[in-house]
Amino acid sequence: MNMELSRRTFLKTSGAGLAGTTLGAFGFSEAEAAVAAAVKPFHLVNTTEARNTCTYCSVACGIIIYSKGDLRKGETADIVHIEGDADHPTNRGTLCPKGAALRDIVKSQTRLTQPMLRKAGSDKFEAVSWDAALDKIARAMKDDRDANFIATNSDGVTVNRWLTTGFLAASATTNETAFATYKVVRSTGILAFDNQARV
Amino acid sequence: MTNAWTDIKNTDLVVIMGGNAAEAHPCGFKWVTEAKANRGAKLIVVDPRYNRSASVADYYAPIRQGSDIAFLMGLINHCISNDKVQWEYVKAFTNATFVVKEGYGYQDGLFTGYDEEKRDYNRDTWDYEIGPDGYAVVDETLQNPRCVWNLLKQHVAIYTPELVERICGTPKDKFLKVAEMVGECSTPTKTMTSMYALGWTQHSKGSQNIRGMAMLQLILGNIGVRGGGMNALRGHSNIQGLTDLGLMSNLIPGYLNIPTEKEADFTTYMSTRAYKPLRPNQMSYWQNYRKFFVSFMKSMFGPAATAENDWGYQYLPKLDVASYDVLRIFDMMKNGKVNLYFCQGFNPLQAFPNKAKLAEGLAKLKLLVVMDPLQTETARFWEDHGTFNKVNPADIQTEVIQLPTTCFAEDEGSLVNSGRWLQWHWPGGSPPGEAKTDTWIMAQIHLRLKELYKKEGGAFPDPIVNLNWTYKDPGDPTAEELAREMNGSVLADVYDPVDPTKKVLEAGKQLSGFGQMRDDGTTAGGCWIFSGCFTEAGNMMARRDNSDPGDAGMFLKWSFAWPANRRILYNRASCDLEGKPWDPSRKLIEWDGAKWTGYDVPDIAPTAKPGEVGPFIMNPEGTSRLWVRKMMRDGPFPVHYEPFESPVANVIAPKVRGNPVARVFADDWKSFADIGDPAFPYAGTTYRLTEHFHYWTKNNHVNSVLQPEQFVEISEELAKEKGIALGGWVRVWSKRGELYAKAVVTKRIKPMNIDGKLVHIVGVPIHWGFVGAARKGFPANTLTPFVGDANIETPEFKAFMVNIEPSTGPVVA
Repeated sequence: MNMELSRRTFLKTSGAGLAGTTLGAFGFSEAEAAVAAAVKPFHLVNTTEARNTCTYCSVACGIIIYSKGDLRKGETADIVHIEGDADHPTNRGTLCPKGAALRDIVKSQTRLTQPMLRKAGSDKFEAVSWDAALDKIARAMKDDRDANFIATNSDGVTVNRWLTTGFLAASATTNETAFATYKVVRSTGILAFDNQARV
Repeated sequence: MTNAWTDIKNTDLVVIMGGNAAEAHPCGFKWVTEAKANRGAKLIVVDPRYNRSASVADYYAPIRQGSDIAFLMGLINHCISNDKVQWEYVKAFTNATFVVKEGYGYQDGLFTGYDEEKRDYNRDTWDYEIGPDGYAVVDETLQNPRCVWNLLKQHVAIYTPELVERICGTPKDKFLKVAEMVGECSTPTKTMTSMYALGWTQHSKGSQNIRGMAMLQLILGNIGVRGGGMNALRGHSNIQGLTDLGLMSNLIPGYLNIPTEKEADFTTYMSTRAYKPLRPNQMSYWQNYRKFFVSFMKSMFGPAATAENDWGYQYLPKLDVASYDVLRIFDMMKNGKVNLYFCQGFNPLQAFPNKAKLAEGLAKLKLLVVMDPLQTETARFWEDHGTFNKVNPADIQTEVIQLPTTCFAEDEGSLVNSGRWLQWHWPGGSPPGEAKTDTWIMAQIHLRLKELYKKEGGAFPDPIVNLNWTYKDPGDPTAEELAREMNGSVLADVYDPVDPTKKVLEAGKQLSGFGQMRDDGTTAGGCWIFSGCFTEAGNMMARRDNSDPGDAGMFLKWSFAWPANRRILYNRASCDLEGKPWDPSRKLIEWDGAKWTGYDVPDIAPTAKPGEVGPFIMNPEGTSRLWVRKMMRDGPFPVHYEPFESPVANVIAPKVRGNPVARVFADDWKSFADIGDPAFPYAGTTYRLTEHFHYWTKNNHVNSVLQPEQFVEISEELAKEKGIALGGWVRVWSKRGELYAKAVVTKRIKPMNIDGKLVHIVGVPIHWGFVGAARKGFPANTLTPFVGDANIETPEFKAFMVNIEPSTGPVVA
């Protein structure tokens, strides 16, 4: 086999249904063409690529996500493969045992797919709609805040704090999400606000 | 990190102490390998275990967990005693010459002003002597017995190699070998880097562990230079960003502070934030605090933040305690004082100490809201899993709402890495099922709450109804909109005060950096240190030019680093007083006679003359601090304190238990084992495995195959003593809880001789729980004590006392 022809180019070409003519043009015999036609197409054929960052530690290795379907065209995109980004100055394409298995965390059996409610004393979660869940949360916040908001302390100083509700923020969300979270939480007067930095 | 991952290749000596980079940060560790292969750099590992970093080290020294300060003060003592000091650097760039005022002192483990009842200091005496000119008094000759250098010399003198061996268990010859290798880096042409992580932070004196090494690095002249620095490896992909953005009880983005109730109005708040320089000509950059604060408030509250209402000062809550950190809030929860709690991508039932106490707290909530891409133990704390989570659901009245969120692969935006690079990423896949982004969820909650307040009125609706929320789709702000807002923009035209025809800033434009921020309401900016990330030139965080002029490892055109795209903090200190690099082969910046130029963005005003303006521009001193005034609760110098649970009393201060100012809640004292308690004779510690990430990857089939099952690690000596077989079941318990696991009997852990007493170590990896693809197990926090660092309340996960016995394994209900 011609080693100048990369594995990817070879398989991409054969997978594109042009096996006969193209392989013929490259000088392959009919037998080789038959073998090539039986080879499973390279799994990254016709995928779209997105540059992303590993979600685990703060080395922040560059990764490339390969998907079937293109989000930029408004399509549904199904992630089929994730690998290290060779252009990235820190990891230069490498990944550790966690990063190498990133696709399987995206596709984990324990991913959450719908809002759920566990009622008081119940032994199970039940599905609820987004609207029902969000309305219930807003109502609970409003009621608790109105009942427990501290406008002034015993010295009459304005303190405008709310201590009976707390918020733990994520450590793998984007800065942009974090800033939106900051605004919403801080505007309520919550002081029990924290993140993973302490642990 | 003061430096960056890619800069580690520039070092001569790597010290990994308080971390295990080869195991926990493998791709970053490759830069250590680069330095070893290409520069002949050496690697030292100091750790209780002969871990994966140690296995590729040039030198390994064992240390008992929780004794790092004794080791570090011992190194400083060695360097001072043996003249291993970068003198020019120390005299000019640290506060060694500053004279401390009369009254300050240290004796028997305590500084002046200790109040045993309050477990706190009156820190009034911890400051410099101020001269008649209003500046701090300095003694360039270092002769004054009260100058910082002489106080330091005196403070560390007791930490001899013999004392280090007694406290740390590190054999004297091994300590001296490390000290000798470290001391070599005091020449201006040799540098050392410190790589540390939770092994240093998760102690009741974690902050002082890190200070100890920072002081050593200053004495060696290794801060601000290529291949040097203090490099926190950091655990989660955006934990740096979340901290930068102030998602903490007491912070405002960019390390500004939430007011306390002693600061009743804005004038009082600003009165302690003048940051007047303590020496002539110094920048003392925090003098711009007001500009950053006002711009933040304009970003928060838009037109509702006005000069008349002090930029909405009263819209901010005021603290009555230092912080409502996670330990405090879970203590309040256990005492029935919390009704509603949100966990956004966070699994506190596994992540905070003393699982039993946490579960008790969660069961007293009215409503728990969990936003997560994955199932978590916290969301299911009410579910019976037999011995792994024994509860009766019918007894638990807490309602739980679990909301499905997107993960990294389905979301757009920036993350901050350990080296402060803000890197933009793009989504690659569609969310599963009905999962939504966290931004969408937060927006929906805000809009609903605002609507309720508009309709019904209620307690102080002002900050909620006036929150600046001018996104194109208020229900779903985009990452770009939020990034632009953090960067900041001009709200009104600004004209040159000298030439009013000249427009300096134009309304509607993005700021080019924080230098343009103003305190008169004409600029907005959500996070001043991020300013410059999204300018009129576009999204600087999305830049992907990986060129590296001079092969310096700086990559200035790759993404954006805060502050001001600077890759090595304090880089002015890489040059001598005339502005020439200490090591020309490792040039970073230099003074060309008119301005600073080089491979990095200078960390000083571009035309600030060398010799006049000090390199530590944020500090009013203009120098770094070997002695930290009243800025840390537990003392201006680090002191060796034992962990709260310890096999031995404190050799240097037998009467002091733990860190004398660490906060302990009333109920928790009785949950600590006594010092030297024979019921809990073994020193426990927790750590991570390379195949797993916290409590996430047990949800991942591949990682669960690689490390399917919980284990604990003990020495051959302890196994023999207790009759424990390799691979056999053991029960491990502390005064707070127990776990069952397989035993890995290993040569990697050795018993240590601590002041004549043989101390065995039990290692507990943290990654197991009752949810996921791996076999069920017990989180390490069933064992760990509910106490945090005295300054920042990071829990003491690394040092506690346990017992161990052979077992038949957990009883499955």
